[in-house]
Amino acid sequence: MGIVGWTYVFVIASFSLYIGIAIRTRADTTQSFYVAGRGVSAIVNGMATGADWMSAASFISMAGLISFMGYTGTIYLMGWTGGYVLLALFLAPYLRKYGKFTVPEFVGERYYSQAARVVAVVCAIFISFTYVAGQMRGVGVVFSRFLEVPVEQGVLIGMLLVFVYATLGGMRGITYTQAAQYVVLIIAYLIPAAAISWKITGNPIPQFGFGDRVLEGQNAGMYLLEALDQIHRDLALPEYTAAYVPGKKSMVDVFAITLALMTGTAGLPHVLVRFYTVKSAKAARWSAMWALIFIGILYTTAPAVAAFARVNMIQTLNGTPYAEAPEWFKNWEKTGLIEFDDRNGDGIMVYSGRPEINELQVDPDIMVLANPEIARLPAWVVGLVAAGALAAALSTAAGLLLVISTSISHDLFKSIFIRNLSERAELRLARISAGVAVVIAGIFGIYPPGFVAQVVAFAFGLAASSFFPILVLGIFSQRVNKEGAISGMLTGILFTASYIIYFRYINPTGGPDQWLFGISPEGIGSIGMLLNLVVTLTVSRFTPAPPAHVQRLIAEIRLPRMRPTGKLI
Amino acid sequence: MGDQSIDVKHYWRAMLRLIAWLLVCWFVVSFGLGILLVEPLNQFHIGGFPLGFWFAQQGSIYVFMLLIFIYAWRADRLASRYGVD
Repeated sequence: MGIVGWTYVFVIASFSLYIGIAIRTRADTTQSFYVAGRGVSAIVNGMATGADWMSAASFISMAGLISFMGYTGTIYLMGWTGGYVLLALFLAPYLRKYGKFTVPEFVGERYYSQAARVVAVVCAIFISFTYVAGQMRGVGVVFSRFLEVPVEQGVLIGMLLVFVYATLGGMRGITYTQAAQYVVLIIAYLIPAAAISWKITGNPIPQFGFGDRVLEGQNAGMYLLEALDQIHRDLALPEYTAAYVPGKKSMVDVFAITLALMTGTAGLPHVLVRFYTVKSAKAARWSAMWALIFIGILYTTAPAVAAFARVNMIQTLNGTPYAEAPEWFKNWEKTGLIEFDDRNGDGIMVYSGRPEINELQVDPDIMVLANPEIARLPAWVVGLVAAGALAAALSTAAGLLLVISTSISHDLFKSIFIRNLSERAELRLARISAGVAVVIAGIFGIYPPGFVAQVVAFAFGLAASSFFPILVLGIFSQRVNKEGAISGMLTGILFTASYIIYFRYINPTGGPDQWLFGISPEGIGSIGMLLNLVVTLTVSRFTPAPPAHVQRLIAEIRLPRMRPTGKLI
Repeated sequence: MGDQSIDVKHYWRAMLRLIAWLLVCWFVVSFGLGILLVEPLNQFHIGGFPLGFWFAQQGSIYVFMLLIFIYAWRADRLASRYGVD
């Protein structure tokens, strides 16, 4: 059975599993729909958080990006894991103790302001929609590459699936489905990684193979990374392990981007909400640890995969006559992800750091998708990788859609427009919002706004410069008040948004010499975050302190004790 | 049990100290060893890895896991010692 056949097998099997779980975890109360009844165990919650976090981008693109960036790939590796430490230390247990259902709800109550809540809701919806557009697109792309189904149909199938388990089970359905999706995606990621590690270095554990010696070929006996550095030097490319050499990002930019991604992580609504579903504040801390362990398994494997795939790609292609190109090359050439332009007309493919002689254009996404074929793994592994990529995309999409739906039904309708909404009506509204959100996300997936990737970077910058500072200050300072928080949020958002819009749309050719302090739009969220902090603290100083009931709220949130009623005071 | 409010004050102070220490470690390993000092550290090797590179692409992630574990464990102990759990 070929790749397509095996892909159908794994996709149908995994999808049936998700639907089965959704039916068994049908939500019947708002507590169940919004926060999974608050009864999820720390480990299962950690797995669900891991799947929620690791999107199509982590699964497919990240290792590819790292393979082209070498050392600089650390911005994604540390940037997308370090934030979990911030979450655990500053936010998770306190948000759980606060209880209730959403992040804007906390913002509204802590800052005793409906305006603050509305700003928070708009940010949450914007961040979540931009993110989810990319996921639905990813679903369509996987379907088209592996199942030979048109992208639009792929998106529709994905939409239907998410619609079923999100509207049926709400957060409860999503949590358990995400846990299952984690298992699928991690197995699908690790098998090709172990295989290629074993093939190149004889060590099946990628994290160790990464630092081991190459077995065969012209670099046999050398350490993999030394060989890779040598290969890069020979091709006039910056060394793989080198940090701040010409052609790579500067130290300032690496610092800023990493900081923006870490603090953005800790400000993303769909991640924060994952800590509402465990039993207690204490469980929230342990859940953060489990989440990072499960995420870390993939994130420590990815750079190894990146290095192996890089060596493989260069050695297999560079200097090989086009007529003798391996089968995987021909297959992927059809998709346009890899191109050969015979500049010197000699029929031999040349890969080089010098643009005038380079003849190969390679899309980084290929590095993970084609890896099993490059390593000559059997067709069932490729099918499993497809199912894994879908698991990653769907799990993230579901988490995002829940945030959008809860924002609409709970933060907008229940708290502002229709105060006396009954529980049953609110539940119905939540389901309808989830459905509508799926449809809109699907439309974005079929007609993606061209700028999806940049917009996701924007989402991180926005989360870092708007939510993160005021949430942390809200818990750790009793003095920070409504005026401070609103000023801070607006300053952070406006600064970050203007900078990104300026350098992406108004002056797209502007480079590092025009950037502020040499910081790219990807990293500017860290400055936005600092501005937010400064403005919030300063404005709070000169305006009245929060009222007594809010100060009592903060004091109680800081203590992990959970009342038997589950209520706050 | 002694005076509730004093327990709470000391508890919170102890928590802040714990958080501060962990944050310092977080910063030193990730931004310090992985970004600011990566080039000098790359002179040294751990197995087949330049040391700075290893911290940036592997070691920092393991340290993060350890930091959260220490945090959850110590926070539980603090909570029971000060009677706030």
